[in-house]
Amino acid sequence: MTLLEEKQLIPTEETKHATTEHHEPSGLIKWLTSTDHKVIGKSYMFTALILMIIGGAMALIMRLQLTSQHSSLLSFQQYNELFTMHGSIMIYLFVGPFAFGGLANYVVPLQIGAPDMAFPRLNALSYWLYLGGSIIMLLGFFTASGAADFGWVAYAPLSSAVNSPGAGPDAWIAALVLTGFSAIFTGVNLVTTIFYLRAPGMTMFRMPIFVWNMLVTAILILMAFPVLTSALIMLYADRHFGMDIFSVKGGGVPVLWQNLFWFWGHPEVYILALPFFGVVTEIIPVFSKKPIFGYKGMVFATLAIAALSTGVWGHHMFTTGVVLLPFFSLLSLLIAVPTGIKFFNWIATMWRGQITFTTPMLMCIGFLITFLIGGLTGMFLASPPVDFQMHDTYFVVAHFHSVIFALVLAAVGALYYWWPKMFGWYLNDKIGKVQFWLLFIGVNATVVPWYILGLHGMPRRVAVYKVGMGWHALNIAATVGADITGLSFLVFLLNIYLSWDKKVPAPSNPWDGTTLEWFTSSPPPTHNFTRIPPIRSERPVWDFNHPDAIAISAHSQKAPLINGAPPGNGRATNGNAREATISGSANSGTTETVESD
Amino acid sequence: MGRNKLSRFKHLKRVFGAGGLIIILATVLSACNLPAFGGYKGATAQGHDTHMLYAWLVIAAIVVGGITLSLLLWAIFRYRKKSDTIPKQFQYHIPLEITYTVIPIIIVLIVFFFTVNVENKVDAVSTHPYVKIKVTAFQWGWNFDYPQLHVDVHGVTLQNPEMVLPTGKTARITLVSADVVHGFYVRQFNFSRYAQPGVVNVFDLTVRHSGTYQGQCTQFCGLYHAEMLFRVKSVSPTQFWSWVHQEQAEGHSKVVSQLPSPVVKVRSTNSRTKI
Repeated sequence: MTLLEEKQLIPTEETKHATTEHHEPSGLIKWLTSTDHKVIGKSYMFTALILMIIGGAMALIMRLQLTSQHSSLLSFQQYNELFTMHGSIMIYLFVGPFAFGGLANYVVPLQIGAPDMAFPRLNALSYWLYLGGSIIMLLGFFTASGAADFGWVAYAPLSSAVNSPGAGPDAWIAALVLTGFSAIFTGVNLVTTIFYLRAPGMTMFRMPIFVWNMLVTAILILMAFPVLTSALIMLYADRHFGMDIFSVKGGGVPVLWQNLFWFWGHPEVYILALPFFGVVTEIIPVFSKKPIFGYKGMVFATLAIAALSTGVWGHHMFTTGVVLLPFFSLLSLLIAVPTGIKFFNWIATMWRGQITFTTPMLMCIGFLITFLIGGLTGMFLASPPVDFQMHDTYFVVAHFHSVIFALVLAAVGALYYWWPKMFGWYLNDKIGKVQFWLLFIGVNATVVPWYILGLHGMPRRVAVYKVGMGWHALNIAATVGADITGLSFLVFLLNIYLSWDKKVPAPSNPWDGTTLEWFTSSPPPTHNFTRIPPIRSERPVWDFNHPDAIAISAHSQKAPLINGAPPGNGRATNGNAREATISGSANSGTTETVESD
Repeated sequence: MGRNKLSRFKHLKRVFGAGGLIIILATVLSACNLPAFGGYKGATAQGHDTHMLYAWLVIAAIVVGGITLSLLLWAIFRYRKKSDTIPKQFQYHIPLEITYTVIPIIIVLIVFFFTVNVENKVDAVSTHPYVKIKVTAFQWGWNFDYPQLHVDVHGVTLQNPEMVLPTGKTARITLVSADVVHGFYVRQFNFSRYAQPGVVNVFDLTVRHSGTYQGQCTQFCGLYHAEMLFRVKSVSPTQFWSWVHQEQAEGHSKVVSQLPSPVVKVRSTNSRTKI
């Protein structure tokens, strides 16, 4: 206690000096010049959401085209550009950057008790590269050749200078090189931050699962993105300097592109998914009032998924006839095991809990159901003969949209969950629930007709389809589903507007959250923390607020899982007396925790 | 501890009970025809094997998905918040965690076993095919060449060129591409394969039932990908030979000598206008 008394929150001469010296810019200048991870994180999320709306609008136009069999709404060329850009925007510019650029940037330093990312200026560079890349990709529409039109996978030799001439495809390549570097820098930043900037007491196995997942995501980024970026540079060299890496004529190997692309492409699936697995793993325990079930199993499952994901790229190439089918099939099927562990851990976390169905929790349940469908249909595609049947049909489109829509549900849940922390006011929960039902029904009403269409043999990436194939009614159903999905995002925008108008103030810990970000104010100060509770488990804030409800192992009900003293011993219920204070100036960026006894 | 053991025993019994039920269900179902489950039962012998695997996977997915979804829905409805008391904070249960690690591994191994089995059948190439056909995909059409018979069928986009096969006999397809990557796909055959530059793919088709089947390019290949159609017509061997003789008599008259017309091939800003 003497230690605590020494460290009061009385501003010393030194800190006073520091605060008067340090002028925080505001308004637009703040957004343009900031190296604060919270500002950059919000910029990322804002940009990614704008791009999602653009990409979503493209999807709705394409759905409209497919509503009738020989629609003349779009020309073939326009349709080809639209699906290429829709896929590119959603995969390269929305889901990934929203997760590892936006959410991770905002949440990871807060959850590990760090004042900022390890390399704040590199972080800003990441964002500006991402924004620049995104704008360049969209500018493709204004070139003479139109935007890129070879699909988001850009298979060689369709993406060669002969088959796809013009500046639009070049803009596409340049954009992806820029965003590729942006992702690599973010990966470096996240790994360094998580390894070096954890608050004292925050051991690796006391990190929140979200942080674990972001660490693994960042490592995957560092393995996968350099391959994509260099493959794109090879493609550019092929197009402009006659390198012939991917052309048969010059002695190159076209299928090499597919290998390189999917060597990035499959880890990319988990680069997109793992952050949202992390989000769900944060939200479900909080609204079930229980710790995450099987914490360590969760961590090992994440590591197993990441390890397996680097050896399954061949399952995108089963029908090429040049990959070893059993190898890629077995590894792909095995991913179901760690994913299943996660799924059952999520259910076990809710088991015997006290579940409150706020919007974030509903979004997570929507994630679970949608992801279950996506996961099970993935088993079909991991089996080569069945993949021969489904490949490049709408079944595949439905499968990965199930997965990505599940991630979108989790992303919207994450926004509702961390919104009060980010802005200091709530999003309206009632409108949120309306949005949930529209989104959940909309996405599933879109994908279920697609599964059937795929089984009935409708190929993907076609602007028109033959009369008499039996595809018409299902396409109309899918369009209705897509429109409902679109409507849900209008409701979301309405919610943001109405909530912004009202600004119901949020306290520092509105959900009885368990991790460190809920210990600081909403929104947090520039360097995040003025005080930090003792970190004895992955739920420091819960342990602090509920000292009599420490996590226990279910089958040996007495052993506390927290290192040190057994629960209750020496833990006063009076929170204020036990608050540890920060030593020194906030600007120095060092935080110090004080053990409670 | 005793109570724990007992409940664990009950749990195991339930698991094995479910397993037994699946085995019984499996024997019953394999005796009769499996339903199509939205797909095609396979007009070829290879496609039929694929269909059987697919149908089994659907059954497995319904069982696994059903159990998982029931657990999830039970948790949601049963453990809805009822009071402010803080629930028991249990976090680990090693036997349970091992159970739901080991069971999926077993399921995966079973699926893998059947996958390899069917995959070997589908990819098997007979030593003495009845007829050999070289299929060339190009932007945007198909060429079906019967090299031993000196018959060549050629057609672009909506011309829907027709590949004729003898029913009940094995046809050897050699698939290549003249330009970019294409996908050879016939929905009733439950089969697709890429036609790629630099790669020669070989596979067998043994059509079980005579009929005309619509095929289409499935791998996006540029502007007219959506219209890159073809048909497979399977007829009795007698009819097949009379078709062959007729084609030979006509002397390649159907063959379009040059690749698709330049009008189609050119890709310029004009292609942005309606077509």
